[in-house]
Amino acid sequence: MIRRLFFMAVLAAGIGWPAAQAVEPSERLADPALEARARSLSQELRCLVCQNQSIDESNADLAHDLRVLLRQRLAAGDSDRQVLDYMVARYGVFVLLDPPFAPVTYLLWLTPPLVVLGAGIFLVLRARRRRPHADPPALTDEERARAALLLGERG
Amino acid sequence: MLVELGHFALVLALLVALVQGTVPLVGASMRSRPLMDLARHAALLQFGLVALAFAVFMHAHIVSDFSVRNVFENSNTAKPMLYKVSGVWGSHEGSMMLWVLMLTLFGGLVAAVGRSLPRTLRARTLAIQGLLGFGTLAFIIGTSNPFDRLFPVPADGRDLNPLLQDPGLAFHPPFLYFGYVGFSITYSFAIAALIEGRIGAQWARWVRPWSLTAWCGLTIGIAMGSWWAYYVLGWGGWWYWDPVENASFMPWLLGTALLHSAAVVEKRETLQRWTVLLAILTFGMSLIGTFLVRSGVLTSVHSFAVDPTRGVFILVLIALVIGGGLVLYALRAPGLETGNPFVPVSREGAVVLNNLLLCAGMATVFLGTFYPLFAEVWSGAKLSVGPQFFDATFVPILAPAIIAMVIGPVLAWRRGNLTATLQRLLPAVLGALLAPLVVFAFDRDAPLAALAGVALAVWAMLGVLTDLADRSGFVKQPLGTAWRRLRHLPRGTWGYAIAHFGVGVLIAGITVSTAWRSERIETLHAGDTVEIAGRTLRLVGVTEGDVANYHAQRAQIVVERPGGAPITLYPERRWYPVARSQTTNTAIATNGLGDLYLALGDPDGQGGWVVRAYYNPLVPWIWFGALLAALGGLVSLSDRRLRLRLPTARTAVAITPSGSADN
Repeated sequence: MIRRLFFMAVLAAGIGWPAAQAVEPSERLADPALEARARSLSQELRCLVCQNQSIDESNADLAHDLRVLLRQRLAAGDSDRQVLDYMVARYGVFVLLDPPFAPVTYLLWLTPPLVVLGAGIFLVLRARRRRPHADPPALTDEERARAALLLGERG
Repeated sequence: MLVELGHFALVLALLVALVQGTVPLVGASMRSRPLMDLARHAALLQFGLVALAFAVFMHAHIVSDFSVRNVFENSNTAKPMLYKVSGVWGSHEGSMMLWVLMLTLFGGLVAAVGRSLPRTLRARTLAIQGLLGFGTLAFIIGTSNPFDRLFPVPADGRDLNPLLQDPGLAFHPPFLYFGYVGFSITYSFAIAALIEGRIGAQWARWVRPWSLTAWCGLTIGIAMGSWWAYYVLGWGGWWYWDPVENASFMPWLLGTALLHSAAVVEKRETLQRWTVLLAILTFGMSLIGTFLVRSGVLTSVHSFAVDPTRGVFILVLIALVIGGGLVLYALRAPGLETGNPFVPVSREGAVVLNNLLLCAGMATVFLGTFYPLFAEVWSGAKLSVGPQFFDATFVPILAPAIIAMVIGPVLAWRRGNLTATLQRLLPAVLGALLAPLVVFAFDRDAPLAALAGVALAVWAMLGVLTDLADRSGFVKQPLGTAWRRLRHLPRGTWGYAIAHFGVGVLIAGITVSTAWRSERIETLHAGDTVEIAGRTLRLVGVTEGDVANYHAQRAQIVVERPGGAPITLYPERRWYPVARSQTTNTAIATNGLGDLYLALGDPDGQGGWVVRAYYNPLVPWIWFGALLAALGGLVSLSDRRLRLRLPTARTAVAITPSGSADN
């Protein structure tokens, strides 16, 4: 957190960027359904000059421009997919906060399920290797009597 | 003069650390008592010297001694006193000082209270802690000297980043570092045990309270950081999966696994090797987190710590600490005793399952945090890994852990019966199945994830209540008896119950605030109103004025709700002229069940102001739940059985019958 703040402060000092505030009322689309799509898409797009913020959260000038651009594309009738593709074409994959499943991210997306699978296999193997141990041998009559005595004392 | 004294103390501490890190190790292998006892004195002395240096550094900040470069860069005469103090750890140099202060504090604590530890174990543990101190002090003196002077002396300083001038952030780093660095002592215990080649219940008796102590600090620290982000950043988010947050979250996940497996070692003498490995990795994650934050590796040019020498230094330190630890582990672990056997369906089995899930979750966070870096190095591709990735991977991995978290404590040790356990938990099972249906009946649009979250939250909370009722016999016994039994449950049991209940509260807060938050962002003129969550907000006006080291624009907003007295809130924007930056000071009205969250945005130039209003239902439960979890840890720590006393001959005899029956 702290580092991102330092970054924000540096930026604020440099280009006069006010503290983190997002979507301006003036940017909004009149159609609520379209605006809702715009909001959800803008959460998936990275503010390229910020540290780890979506354009929905950032008040950098660039984020503002991207929000307006995104809404222009939606108003022109683009599908969500088309808008994202358009952004990637202009700014590269870096702009997508939700990394697509592509060769460069195979490792990213496949590792978590593989880790869980590996853990599962480990558990199964461990259970197999260490067969449940036989119950301790049955008590002799003498031991049973002692146990009854001890238990009787407590109860 | 005083500043030179601080500098001198720091250098002296480095030398003491070197002695502490070497002589007792030799002493332990030679069985020389004087050499081993040196560790205690050295650890206390090292702590004293570092504390002196820290005090001098803090004094320089308090009296605004701008001849010290760090004070000039991070302070200003107009800065309020609170932030002159907290500004001490607001910079890179200062935070490293806090780091080493915590490191030596833990060493000093073990030296002070560890009289009953076996002498060789104590000497070796303190020696390892001394080596860690040596590495950190060398880093500070070599690359980040807080006592660097400046000549000519400037008239005034550059002021601290205004975002850090906040009470929430003032106290957040000490807790965070207490936890973060606290895991150094469990690391040292683990390495010492590997050198000794023995891990017994005694070892676990020592490791568990220390890991619990560190864990409580880390939990509180993370919760405070998240709360601060929530009210400072101005749009109501509380967790961003930011690398710096992940840096503290990764050791937390492993630390959580560690304290549970340490409990198993203590109670059942099994999972010893796994626990040692976890202790090494947990502190390793603390170091990697420090590396993430301090080296500037993730944002390269944009980070405030751009100097690569720091990054390289920390990398070498990480390689030595983790690499050395793992090599020692590989050499020594096969020789350690194997634990008592247990079947998969048992309390030990549940802990193993949870440990694996926590580790898998940690691996996911690690991967998501570092992947952009790896991808760039390997293929030159620049890509982003945002919250969507973590939501899609981490959350499903941890969900089964929540299910197991409730079942585990109810299962018997060694060999449990799942059917019987679920029958005992019947109220929780029914609650978890019914709650989402009830929610769905009220809100047909509720997302599936929210329903699952509600089920998990109810399951966790009801599960704990059911178990408590069961343990004290509320169904079978007369009410008075059950009540008495409940009150006399061991502190450890209460600790578990409070902490696990807190997790349920936390999940409820996360789920409800994410799924059912509402938002209004409007441009308001004086007198305009806007409705949110059944409340009417009216902007009375915006006033301006100069306060301390900033210029404020302050909106007065009256909130009315049917059947309640109106309240007035004052969201604010602040301009810090020296630091040349703007902050938002949100106004939050909470009733414990939800927050009305107001932030003042930009003026539109025609007398109107952008006002952002959010209603975040149950959001306070997120921090309330986290604090409950930490409180549970503290209650557990206060258990008599954990009072840092090794079993004496008498208690050892007393526990023999049950122990032998199990084997």
